[in-house]
Amino acid sequence: MKSNRWTDCGNWVLDRFPLTKLWNDHMAHYYAPKNFNFWYFFGSLALLVLVNQFLTGILLTMNYKPDAKLAFDSVEYIMRDVNWGWLVRYMHSTGASAFFIVIYLHMFRGIMYGSFKQPRELIWIFGMLLFVALMAEAFMGYLLPWGQMSYWGAQVIISLFSAIPIIGDELSLWVRGDYVVSDATLNRFFAFHVISVPLVLVLLVLLHIIALHEVGSNNPDGINIKEFKDPWGHPVDGVPFHPYYTVKDLVGVAVFLFFFATVIFYMPEMGGYFLEHANFIPADPLKTPEHIAPVWYFTPFYAILRAVPDKFAGVIAMGGAIVVLFLLPWLDRSEVRSIRYRGGIYKKALLLFVISFVSLGYLGTQPATPTATTFARIFTAIYFGFFLLMPIYSRWEKFKKVPSRLTPVISLEDRIPALIETFEEVTVKTPVTKEDGTTVVRRKPNFNGMANVVVRLAKKLKESLD
Amino acid sequence: MNNEGVDKSKRQFLTSALTVVGAVGTGYLAVPFLAQMQPSTKAMAAGAPVQVDISKMETGQLIRVAWRGKPVWIVNRTEEVLATLSTLNDKLRDPLSNESTQPPYSKNPNRSIKPDIFIAVGLCTHLGCSPTFRPEIAPVDLGNDWKGGFFCPCHGSWFDLAGRVYRGVPAPTNLEIPPHRYVSDSLIIIGEDTMEKTA
Repeated sequence: MKSNRWTDCGNWVLDRFPLTKLWNDHMAHYYAPKNFNFWYFFGSLALLVLVNQFLTGILLTMNYKPDAKLAFDSVEYIMRDVNWGWLVRYMHSTGASAFFIVIYLHMFRGIMYGSFKQPRELIWIFGMLLFVALMAEAFMGYLLPWGQMSYWGAQVIISLFSAIPIIGDELSLWVRGDYVVSDATLNRFFAFHVISVPLVLVLLVLLHIIALHEVGSNNPDGINIKEFKDPWGHPVDGVPFHPYYTVKDLVGVAVFLFFFATVIFYMPEMGGYFLEHANFIPADPLKTPEHIAPVWYFTPFYAILRAVPDKFAGVIAMGGAIVVLFLLPWLDRSEVRSIRYRGGIYKKALLLFVISFVSLGYLGTQPATPTATTFARIFTAIYFGFFLLMPIYSRWEKFKKVPSRLTPVISLEDRIPALIETFEEVTVKTPVTKEDGTTVVRRKPNFNGMANVVVRLAKKLKESLD
Repeated sequence: MNNEGVDKSKRQFLTSALTVVGAVGTGYLAVPFLAQMQPSTKAMAAGAPVQVDISKMETGQLIRVAWRGKPVWIVNRTEEVLATLSTLNDKLRDPLSNESTQPPYSKNPNRSIKPDIFIAVGLCTHLGCSPTFRPEIAPVDLGNDWKGGFFCPCHGSWFDLAGRVYRGVPAPTNLEIPPHRYVSDSLIIIGEDTMEKTA
């Protein structure tokens, strides 16, 4: 290459910093399995949301006042008087919910394809630590607007510490810095929310990715691609992360931003799920709202807490629901990673687990009526059963034979005829007489056809569970 | 250079000694760092007693006052309520308030100095929500077992109108009764009692 001032300058840096090496190790020469599907978008999307939270968060701190007397009004000031303040605030609040949607799907991907299993246990542990740090970050951020739900939510969660025997009361006093949630609490939560926890998050993201790139990515088949290598030492079933997956992830980003923008512009409160109605009333330490519930992403754990009729046991159950996730790599005794080749018993257990997790999430948003509590207890039992019985049922599993190479991915093009066929089935051509007397043929929904498709899908689901 | 004949024990000793001294120093530094998150002197001083005039209270009414930032309730209970209280004992976790926090003069079946006037810290002993005052009997949402009391909307704990907790709910103990005393028939001081006890 012809030497000029720019390349000289570049070489000067490269002689002193391993930029090319870093780029190659983690992007251009990082070989990832070539059969990544939809579920593999959520890692990069989580990173995108993290960047969104950092940028909008920094802008918000420029106008927010962490003071019990000023906080509520300063948020309203951002919403009404700061240029584009409403956009930045909604990006931040919607980003928090989007973060949990993305992370829950990312975690489900890991459970489904056995990405937590040997040799990726540490990646899972770092990921779980990220999840816990993220929950702390979201919880402390939710206090900052100083609305009714902020206040009483914090009061309840900090009181969880007081359930710990002996040191509990002292500990919750230390966390609050006052006898009740007050200005001292708000100010320290602000410090944690904008400095301490974000630093921890960044550090853990680095550890998560470094550990991943050390052992290599898992894939929907759960097969080790490093066993078959080409003469240059690259896995034959792998493709370089850049440009293949950077470009693919860009498509995921575009689709994600489409949904993200729709929420920000048309439904930023999401019917009270992303921003709760009671939080538009300033905090009142004398009166709890009639019905309090945490934001949706905490509700499964909140429902578990409420299901147990004892203070200490309830807190233990809630903490246990998270601790048990950390233990997943050692609870699962199956030799096979991916759900594609695992036995029916695991598939059914996973389906039950997903149903109970979603149901607990719903119950956590509802008032604690006796019926709701009974259901919450059943689903809590299933939640823990899925994990704690796993060492037993994962040994009984009858696996399908795992192929040595990745199964080929059906291209979208090849799926089109089947899609057209389904479309024909669920619609019917009907002649319609228009007002001026002419008759045209229109497609109308065909309910019999729809029923057939649903039955077929249900049969397919049932088959795939065996 | 030859390392074979080097006496490493002195280095070892110095390194160990320095590590120990460093650990002790870190320990000492941790004390102010951790203690600075404790309630400040200002927060601790903010617990001044509150005076409440109850002369205008009607029978069956509840009023809220703030003491140490916490809600404190004053309820003027009716005769019917007082009659109901004694029938509930077998449904309660701690009917005699043996496990609960209250000044000795409130450790009686009505949990109050005067039978009709009930005073309590309005925070659930479970996770600190402020329960709602539901004096009506058998409302639709709470069912026929409800004899009037305080219902915590957060986690569904039940308390009767003496702040005593029911069985089978998450709250472990009865509602806390703050130290208080009567200056006159209609004037109460909350946060201070005649027993010179700092609560």
